[in-house]
Amino acid sequence: MSLLQKQQQEGRPGGPPHGLPFLLEIGTEEIPDWMIPHALESLRLLFEKLDIPHESVAMDATPRRLTLRAEGLPERLADSEERILGPAKSAPPQALAGFARKQGLRAEDLAIEATPKGDYYVAVRKVEGRRTKEILAEALPGVILQIYFPKTMYWTGKAGPRFIRPIRWIVALLGEDIVPFEIAGVRSGNLTAGHRRLGAREIVVTTADYERRLRDHFVILSAQTRRERISNELSGIRVKADPALLETLVYLTEYPSVIAGEFDPAFLQLPEEVLITVMRHHQKYFSVEDADGHLAPQFVAVMNIDADPEGFVRRGNERVLRARFNDARFFWETDQKKKLADRLPDLAHVTFQAKLGSYRDKTRRMMALVKELGGKRLSVRAAKLCKCDLTTELVKEFTELQGVVGGLYARAQGERAEVWQAIYDHYKPESMEDTIPRNLAGRYVSVADKVDTLRGCFRVGMTPTGSRDPFALRRAAQGVVKILVEGRLKWPLSMLAAGDGNLQAFFADRVRTYFEEIRGFRFDEVRAAMAAGWDNLVDLEARLERIRNLRASVDFEPLAASFKRIKNILEQAGFAGQALSHARLAGESACPTSIDESLLEAGPERELYDEQRRIAGQPIESVIARLRPKVDLFFDKVLVNAPDVRVRQNRLTLLNTLLAEFSSIADFSEIVTNS
Amino acid sequence: MESFQEIVFKLKRYWAERGCIIQEPYDVEVGAGTMCPETFLRVLGPDPYRVAYVQPSRRPADGRYGDNPNRLFKHQQLQVILKPSPSDVIEQYLGSLEAIGIDLRKHDIKLEEDNWEAPTLGAWGIGWQVMLDGLEVTQFTYFQQCGGIDLDVVPAELTYGLERLTAFLQAKDSVYDIEWAEGFSYGDVRYQDELQYSVYNFEMADIPTLWKLFELHEGEAARLLRLYDPKSPDKRRFPLLAAYDQVLKCSNLFNTLDSRGAISVTERVGVIQRVRKLAVGTAQAWADQRQEAAL
Repeated sequence: MSLLQKQQQEGRPGGPPHGLPFLLEIGTEEIPDWMIPHALESLRLLFEKLDIPHESVAMDATPRRLTLRAEGLPERLADSEERILGPAKSAPPQALAGFARKQGLRAEDLAIEATPKGDYYVAVRKVEGRRTKEILAEALPGVILQIYFPKTMYWTGKAGPRFIRPIRWIVALLGEDIVPFEIAGVRSGNLTAGHRRLGAREIVVTTADYERRLRDHFVILSAQTRRERISNELSGIRVKADPALLETLVYLTEYPSVIAGEFDPAFLQLPEEVLITVMRHHQKYFSVEDADGHLAPQFVAVMNIDADPEGFVRRGNERVLRARFNDARFFWETDQKKKLADRLPDLAHVTFQAKLGSYRDKTRRMMALVKELGGKRLSVRAAKLCKCDLTTELVKEFTELQGVVGGLYARAQGERAEVWQAIYDHYKPESMEDTIPRNLAGRYVSVADKVDTLRGCFRVGMTPTGSRDPFALRRAAQGVVKILVEGRLKWPLSMLAAGDGNLQAFFADRVRTYFEEIRGFRFDEVRAAMAAGWDNLVDLEARLERIRNLRASVDFEPLAASFKRIKNILEQAGFAGQALSHARLAGESACPTSIDESLLEAGPERELYDEQRRIAGQPIESVIARLRPKVDLFFDKVLVNAPDVRVRQNRLTLLNTLLAEFSSIADFSEIVTNS
Repeated sequence: MESFQEIVFKLKRYWAERGCIIQEPYDVEVGAGTMCPETFLRVLGPDPYRVAYVQPSRRPADGRYGDNPNRLFKHQQLQVILKPSPSDVIEQYLGSLEAIGIDLRKHDIKLEEDNWEAPTLGAWGIGWQVMLDGLEVTQFTYFQQCGGIDLDVVPAELTYGLERLTAFLQAKDSVYDIEWAEGFSYGDVRYQDELQYSVYNFEMADIPTLWKLFELHEGEAARLLRLYDPKSPDKRRFPLLAAYDQVLKCSNLFNTLDSRGAISVTERVGVIQRVRKLAVGTAQAWADQRQEAAL
């Protein structure tokens, strides 16, 4: 439960809020849309840290304002007592007098308090609660300037405050009073500003009428209301759903309205990918589909104004889009004059990375790697052509379409489907949510591309540090992991890491992240399964699935706890059998031959031994229910640490054999149990 | 319908009324109005300054032989510097759009994040591109650093793309169709230079000659900067402005070589560094020289 919800629950629904309402609005020049939600959360946390009691907090923002509204603040904080521990009761009178003097009290005013160490004198002083307005006035400048933004600026000089954009006004009201303070020459007050063109520049507000007054001046304060307004206006139009674009537009506008425009259907001869990129990334338009799901010659723009009755905005946007599409068509036609394959030599002039050579060099390495992984002629062909689009005009203009453009050109130039699709997809997956390349050739090329980058960067020491990962190596390694698992490719990671220990460890981190964060396995399951090997990710995934299923069994956690106990016992005994690690290397269970049956005691020990022999080689799923009571009984009744060295050694061997039996699936002692 | 030149007149008048000196274009070829001494050097130091000027700006690689309706080898920027930036700078800017006849209650204006950086100048700032009905008409920047120097007085820089703005106002699809003055289109006035400079920049510029020129100008700038002595009692006479002209020459030659395909990606970074070193050196010497003048 979030703090916010908690406070709302603790509040008193129904009745009027007790205490005072508080309103803080930081008025700025246009804040980059994508930073706003984080900034609001940061402001909320900073406010909570002030520890001023309140019943609820609500956050709102538009591009020009960050707003915090809280209810139920006290006029002043409650009085409190400060207790300062003095000398022991048994201390000499001089010590007592000294302490009292220091506290500005008479010795007879000191109280006596019983502590675990005995009775002590204490000075008790009543501290009057401070006025909330004072606390806020003092704290708010710091709160505001500590709001987190990824990049900040100064505007009143180098020594002045830093913020995302200049602060132009501040509303700070506690009840009916202004909370007075100043930042960068801006004094807090009760004046806000309306929409830049439709509203007034100065509007007097109170905590009660703030949101309504803004609405009168064409500012919709609530992001949710703006979102709904856009969605409602879109509802009659068949737009391609685009939640990320919607969020951008919600935080790019104070009063959003939707307009629909058209473009010449002749542009539909250009690939949809290019048209959509122009509309979405360059113009922030939604694209529109026809009834068959094909791109329609229409678009939808969101304006920051109430209406476009004369069609100025629509015609303006149509003209801009026409110019953009004309550019794209010009590039497309120019690029067609030179085939992808003929561009290969040009890649020698495109630097991949100063220390790692050109894209021509990278292409050669990728082709070799695809062959090494077992890729056939078409995969190698795709690797050969995949970077050639870097020399095209279209990719220079729309860099985000690299790969896609190469794929489209390859298709237009008659390459086989395997080849053009592989080129098209070879940057995939670009995020953990993205899909992997659709065909095997694409997977070869994508893995070869990423592994080449990883190997190269690790070799020359350009590895990620902390949050700095300029070559996006984490994403590359994560992509490799995702492709291997979801493409069911058993290529050994150790081979891909090519003996680089750091790269190997880097992959291990990505494997953990993938299975825990993307696939939802628990961290101890992942650790247990990886302890039994992770070179082959398809095998690792299968074992993880088994562990997850096993976990549902009531016998699992107790057995895992027993395994942990066994492991501890073996470690403490310095047991030399090492069957576990041998089994892991050999990929099979160790032979239980070294147990001397004559040394086994009848009862639980013998029974465990017999059970262990019966289940050898069987999957753990089918034996877990039978095995667990035998193990429990053994630990209940048998003393492993027997006085006779041979008996002890025999018992340790038995336990070791048992542990080894399942060690090719996982190291179950890594499972965290409640017992 | 406002002609191209009417729009220029009105914008100049608007900014003159707001305290700007109206300068004429700088007489050395530049890639952007920012590079003119009126911006690059004036933003340094503590002195307030307000200036506006049209600057024809050369981008050799953007030339399209006069064929492409939106791309130009040389376009006209209106550059405005307000130092320090007034607190109502955005309102003043929006007022300038009203002044050229754009009724902002009927158009969509958005300020979209766009931070500006010029590596060859050691300069960067925070700002937006101003979108008018989906068209980028102005780059708005709060300078933070210039010539590698953190600026203590933060100027606002407004760079209007005059051809785009005019095409917008005249509802023209091609810049060549916009009316420059009554009876004369933009194409009538400028088509020949677009065509001829495209031919020169892409086909005929002699690469060894350009490199030689680059090195000559680089050498002259470096020679002057070496001679600048911060301790000299006579340093205010020192021709840093002339040194800076040599830097501008280098920058333009670099752009021309680049459009000619003569600079590989690997070399690029190195050449940018060479120009940057001169620009930063000039800025630092200039700041030193002005400090003396202020005392």
